[in-house]
Amino acid sequence: MTEILTLSGISKRFGGLTAVSDLTFSLKAGEVVGLLGPNGSGKTTVMNMISGFFAPSQGTIALKGEAIQGLPSHRIAPKGVARTFQLVRALPSLTVAQNVETALAFGRHKLWGRIARERALHHLEEVGLAGRAEERACDITYIDQKRMELARALATEPDLLLLDEWLAGLNPTELQTGISLIRSLERQGMTILLVEHVMDAIRALCSRCVVMNAGRKIADGATDEVLRDPDVVRAYLGDDHA
Amino acid sequence: MTLKSFGSVLFFLVVLAALAFLPFYAGEYVVTLMIGMTGYVVLATAWALFSGPTRYISLATVAFFGIGAYTVSVLSETLPYVLVLLAAALVGLVVALVVGLATLRLAGVYFVIFSFGLAELVRQLVTWYEVNITGTLGRYIFLPVTSDGIYWQLLALAAATLLFSWAIGRSRLGLALKVIGDDEVVASHCGINIAGVKLALFSVSAVIITLVGAIQAPRWTYIEPSMVFNPTTSFLTLIMALLGGVDRLWGPLLGAIPLFLLFEWLSANFPNHYPIILGLIFIAIVFVLPNGVLAAAERIFSKRRGVTVPAANQGGAL
Repeated sequence: MTEILTLSGISKRFGGLTAVSDLTFSLKAGEVVGLLGPNGSGKTTVMNMISGFFAPSQGTIALKGEAIQGLPSHRIAPKGVARTFQLVRALPSLTVAQNVETALAFGRHKLWGRIARERALHHLEEVGLAGRAEERACDITYIDQKRMELARALATEPDLLLLDEWLAGLNPTELQTGISLIRSLERQGMTILLVEHVMDAIRALCSRCVVMNAGRKIADGATDEVLRDPDVVRAYLGDDHA
Repeated sequence: MTLKSFGSVLFFLVVLAALAFLPFYAGEYVVTLMIGMTGYVVLATAWALFSGPTRYISLATVAFFGIGAYTVSVLSETLPYVLVLLAAALVGLVVALVVGLATLRLAGVYFVIFSFGLAELVRQLVTWYEVNITGTLGRYIFLPVTSDGIYWQLLALAAATLLFSWAIGRSRLGLALKVIGDDEVVASHCGINIAGVKLALFSVSAVIITLVGAIQAPRWTYIEPSMVFNPTTSFLTLIMALLGGVDRLWGPLLGAIPLFLLFEWLSANFPNHYPIILGLIFIAIVFVLPNGVLAAAERIFSKRRGVTVPAANQGGAL
C-alpha cells in the first residue's frame, strides 16, 4: 500500500512552549488511524499543521509524496485534505445545503450551479440530513451541525479526512450511527486520521493508533497492543495503574 | 428568464431611462441635487460591495474619492477626458492594491483605524507635495463638462455598480465573500484564497469610489486637499450603507437617498449644529437598525404574515 501522509520530525513551538516535538508517523492509503493522548498532548496542533492552519516550526509533511508543510490551508485543501473541527464551525448565515456547496465550489473540482446542488444533497443524505437542505445552519442542533460539517468535508472527496473529536458529545445511539458512518467511509477507501477520546469508537474503528503525550509520540501500533502499553496507560491514568 | 425577473429588469430600465431624461424637464437645482445624491448612491453601494460581506469597516472612502478628484485636476489639461478618467481609475487601482496587500491581514478595529489613518495620510501627502513642490495649495479644473454631463456619467456609473454588485451576489465570488464573513478558518479550509478575494473586492470598490471623485471633480472648478479629502465623506458613506443594510443589493441605495436629502436640509437650515446632529443620527442608526432598514422591514413584514424569521446576524453589520 502507498503512503498518503508522512510526517517526519515535525515540531511546533508557540513562543517558549513546545506543543509538538519531533513527531514522525505515516498513514497508508485506506487506513483509519486514531491519534490519541491526554488533553494538551498536541493532537489538535498536529491536525492543524496537516491542514495548513499552522506551519510546523520544523520537519516535513508529505501528502502523496508532495511536501505540503507551511502551505496555507486554501492550497492544501484542494490537494485532497478535508477536516472537521473540535468545536463545530458552521457557516451561520448560509443554509445547510450552501454550507456543503461551499466546499464543492472551491474544492478540487470547482463545482457550481445545479451539479453542486445535487452533490450537496447527496452528501447531506449520506450523513443523515436528507430533507434539511433549506434550513439555516444556525438553527439546527449541535449534532446536526456536526453532521453538516462532515458532509462539507466529504463533499471535497478528500483522500485524507481529519476528524477532530467528531464523535464527542453524541449519545449512545448517535454514537453507533456515527461509527457506522465512518465505517462506510472506510469501505469507500478513504484514509482517515481521527483524534478521539471515546474508547469504544477507537476500538471499533481504528486498526492502528498513534499515542502522544506532552507533544511526543509514545506509542504507534495495533490498537489493542497500544492501549495495553504501560507508557500509554501511565500517560492517561498515572503511575499507579501502569 | 422568469416573468418576475423580467419585470424587475424592465422596471430597472424604465427608472434608469426616466432618471436619464431628468435634466430635460427639471431645473438646474434639481440636477445639482441629483449629482450629489447619485454620487453618494454609488459611494455607498461600492462601499458595501467590499465592507458588507467582509465586515471590514473602511473609512478610506475619501482617500480614493480625493485621489480621483486630484488626478483629474493634475491631468485635465494634458490628456483627453476619457484618458483622464482611465488614469484616475488606474491610480486608484494601484493605491488599492498596495494598501490592500499591506493591510487586509489586519482584523476588526485595527483595519478601521488604519483606513481612517490612510485617508489622513494621503491628504497630508498631497498637501505637503502641493505646498513644497508645486508651491500652491489649490488647483483649478477647467473642463468643458456640463453638470448634465456629470449627472449622466454618475448615473451610468451607478447602474454599472448595481449591476456588478448584483452579478457578484450570484457568483462564486459572492459565496466566497459570505463564507469569509462567517468564518475565515472554514473559508480557507474549503479552498478559498481569502487574501485574494478580499484584495479583488477592495480594489474594485476603490476603483469605483475613485471614479466618483474623478467624475465630480469638474463641478468644483477649484479644489484643495481639505475639500476633496474631507473625512465627513467617509462617515456619510458608511452611515448611508448601514442605514439601508449592507448585505442587500438595494440597501445602500435606500440608505443614501433619504440621508442625503436629510443632510442637505440640515446643512442648509442648521449649519452650526450640523456635525452634532450627524453624530446623533449615526448613533441612532447603529442602535436602532443595526442590520439596516431593509432587514428590519422584512422582519416586520414576515411577522405580520406569521412567518418566523431567523434572527441571525443580530448586530452583525459592525
